[in-house]
Amino acid sequence: MINIIGAGLAGLSAAMELAEREIPCRLISLQPSERAQSVLAEGGINAALDTMNEHDSPAEHFNDTMRGGCFLADPNAVYGLTSSAPDIVRRLLSLGVPFGLNDKGIVLRNFGGQKKKRTAYSKSSTGKILMTALIDTVRRYESAGLVKRLPHHELIKLRIEKGVCQGAVLRDCYSGECQSLSGQVILALGGLNGLFPGRTTGTTQNTADAAAELFSQGVHFCDLEMLQYHPTTIPIPGKRCLITEAARGEGGRLWISRNGEKWYFMEEKYPELGNLMPRDVVAREMFFVRRQEDTQGEVMLDMTGLSDEIWAKRLSDLRDNIIAHTGLDPKRSPIEVHEGIHYFMGGIAVDEQHRTNISGLYAAGECCGQYHGANRLGGNSMLGAVYGGGVAARTAAEEYAPSDDTAFPAEAGELSAEARPEFNEQLAAILAEGLGIVRSGRKLEEALKKLGELEAVCLREENRSRLGLAMLRSAIARRESRGAHYREDFPETDESFRKMTLARCEGNDADISFQVIPERRTADAASDRN
Amino acid sequence: MLLQIEIERRMSPEHKPYTLTLKYETENKSETVAAMLQSINSNSRRQDAEGKSFEPVRWECSCLQKKCGACAMVINGRPMLACDAKLLEAAKRGRIAIGPLKKFPPVADLIVDRGPMLAALSEAKLWLTEQGLVKAENTDLAFEASRCLQCGCCLEVCPNFYAGGSFMGMAAAMPGSRLLLAAGETDKAALAAEYKKHVYGGCGKSLACRSICPAGIDIEALLVNSNAAAVWKRPWRKK
Ligand SMILES: Cc1cc2nc3c(=O)[nH]c(=O)nc-3n(C[C@H](O)[C@H](O)[C@H](O)COP(=O)(O)OP(=O)(O)OC[C@H]3O[C@@H](n4cnc5c(N)ncnc54)[C@H](O)[C@@H]3O)c2cc1C
Ligand code: SF4
Ligand code: SF4
Ligand code: FES
Repeated sequence: MINIIGAGLAGLSAAMELAEREIPCRLISLQPSERAQSVLAEGGINAALDTMNEHDSPAEHFNDTMRGGCFLADPNAVYGLTSSAPDIVRRLLSLGVPFGLNDKGIVLRNFGGQKKKRTAYSKSSTGKILMTALIDTVRRYESAGLVKRLPHHELIKLRIEKGVCQGAVLRDCYSGECQSLSGQVILALGGLNGLFPGRTTGTTQNTADAAAELFSQGVHFCDLEMLQYHPTTIPIPGKRCLITEAARGEGGRLWISRNGEKWYFMEEKYPELGNLMPRDVVAREMFFVRRQEDTQGEVMLDMTGLSDEIWAKRLSDLRDNIIAHTGLDPKRSPIEVHEGIHYFMGGIAVDEQHRTNISGLYAAGECCGQYHGANRLGGNSMLGAVYGGGVAARTAAEEYAPSDDTAFPAEAGELSAEARPEFNEQLAAILAEGLGIVRSGRKLEEALKKLGELEAVCLREENRSRLGLAMLRSAIARRESRGAHYREDFPETDESFRKMTLARCEGNDADISFQVIPERRTADAASDRN
Repeated sequence: MLLQIEIERRMSPEHKPYTLTLKYETENKSETVAAMLQSINSNSRRQDAEGKSFEPVRWECSCLQKKCGACAMVINGRPMLACDAKLLEAAKRGRIAIGPLKKFPPVADLIVDRGPMLAALSEAKLWLTEQGLVKAENTDLAFEASRCLQCGCCLEVCPNFYAGGSFMGMAAAMPGSRLLLAAGETDKAALAAEYKKHVYGGCGKSLACRSICPAGIDIEALLVNSNAAAVWKRPWRKK
């Protein structure tokens, strides 16, 4: 049996692909699929379906994705992604996803960083709606015995012998008992949110403990310095809550108080696009204006000028949400906003077929570093999760060797002790300081020094420190600015750095090297021109 | 305001439940039960009302914004999402009693095993076997049905539901309704038969479940439609 760890979009997609090939799998997750971060995705999923009379094409989707990622992504992998996207989204429609329809097919909307309408959506709950359809689909394979669910199970560690992944050790979160399973492993663990508790827009479920253990076990990670910040988030208990771009799209304005007056800095600095500049630009400007000496307080998102009609028709759920979380009515008062960590472009390093550096081990979805390079386009991560899960499963299927299905009792050993909340908070504060939206060699070195002084008292804490160290070292090594990685001391993009950072665990340290990005296959490029 | 929090705890399914009482100070109107649980758990010097230390309270959460259903529990007698329940609103005369859902097997503290609710969906064969398509006029209804969190709050108040029984309640009726809206002819017949058996036949239609649903799903509209399709075989009506 193949073991899929993680049951969000990537894990479900992998399970479907294996089941269609009649290869049995276990679908293992901390909580059931209904609770995975994927259900939080709002805006939509990208595919150049060209249903909006704009002459869109997968080739343009390819170009936008590569450009958005500042040419750090593997072009051959991206080509697979963008050319498969239309079929993937049509398939989702046939699973009963209630996308809007017009006479040409699925209705698309505009979304982050793309000039053409290319994002299929279901109101502002696209992730939830896709998950519901995939969960229903996988249920059929569960009852056929092809997919065996193990919800409430945690991946403790991999069983790696002689450089080959032989299986995994899991802990049942309900009973506390551990078991050892055999077979190839597909990782679909989601993003590294757990390294930044309270500071991301995602779930508390993705603790990053497993990723940290894997790093220590020799799994290679890439582009770890590439964190995407979303400019408009509000603090809610335990996390940051995303305020959708639609708030600005419908007329919301950003200002900060300067000498007692409202300064609409985005509109002044970028007269053309104003408040609708790309996410990273807005977030960085917010940082800079806050730091200025003549400004006071936080940046405000001002939606008080929006008409009753817009509130009623298009933003009613947003208004309810903001009132529920802050007690403030955005129709009457501006809301304090701050940038928050939203997405991890980097992660477990995989090749075009989603193989990791360890044979028998694959990774897909947000936990791996594929498709998005230095910055991901809105709507591309759900696509990457569904597509990548399928590719990883296909590769695992091609390399499939039936294994013993018995589960043996096992021990979590030193990994049974959880990291202390205080430790997690201190680590997060150090990392957030070094890996903020605007970075510098000095701040990164300071963070490194503080990390060295942070005392870890158990293995999980040691692992987490090590993965955090790898993040800092990756950001230090990239002495340029590119995409989400902005360094005040190296504000320009330097073409000699058009390479992927690769992080490897070296004893207690992290070794960083630069890997060349593969060349685009000429056959693919030629087929685009036809 | 100083609140008295009473949490129903148990070590494991084999252990007896007991009550943990503690004092909790808050003035913050938007502070939720989830935030309170996070805050006491992350304080390693946590103490109960008598000054005794205690182990972290076990509970489940994931999204912290009412979108995943993980944190359903009973708060002052009402099944709710802990990340939706405001402490100061939920308090009655300064007191809040928190316990696990009661219709599912207990695991530990506030965690119950909602596996039977999900297993019921398999038993009712809730899936498509052929290509589906939601017609343009039904997208709003299918959207609404797709929003079900599988949190189990509706089942907690339903007089006719018990875990493992043949009547599966709204937590099955919602996915069932979505599939009925998407299904082709063959699937529709099979789904309709299951729907009649596991939902329509056992539901007293009192709609006690409706006002409880933390996702605010328009349960009534979906029931009207699904009943019409599954039981009366009438063509789809627009809402
Ligand atoms: C608020 C918000 C809005 C978003 N909007 C969009 C959007 O509009 N468009 C878009 O394309 N993307 C969007 N994204 C991003 C997108 O939702 C995610 O990148 C994507 O869903 C990730 O899917 P996944 O399957 O990789 O991971 P997840 O859905 O995070 O699933 C991870 C799985 O791994 C399991 N897991 C984790 N650790 C362990 C462990 N140790 N042991 C066992 N299991 C484990 C979890 O239980 C879970 O099942 C948004 C994200 C957020 C937070
Ligand atoms: S209407 Fe009444 S019987 Fe039917 S599911 Fe709701 S609570 Fe249960
Ligand atoms: S219908 Fe509502 S209350 Fe019932 S499980 Fe679904 S979301 Fe929860
Ligand atoms: S934690 Fe997701 S609903 Fe409360």
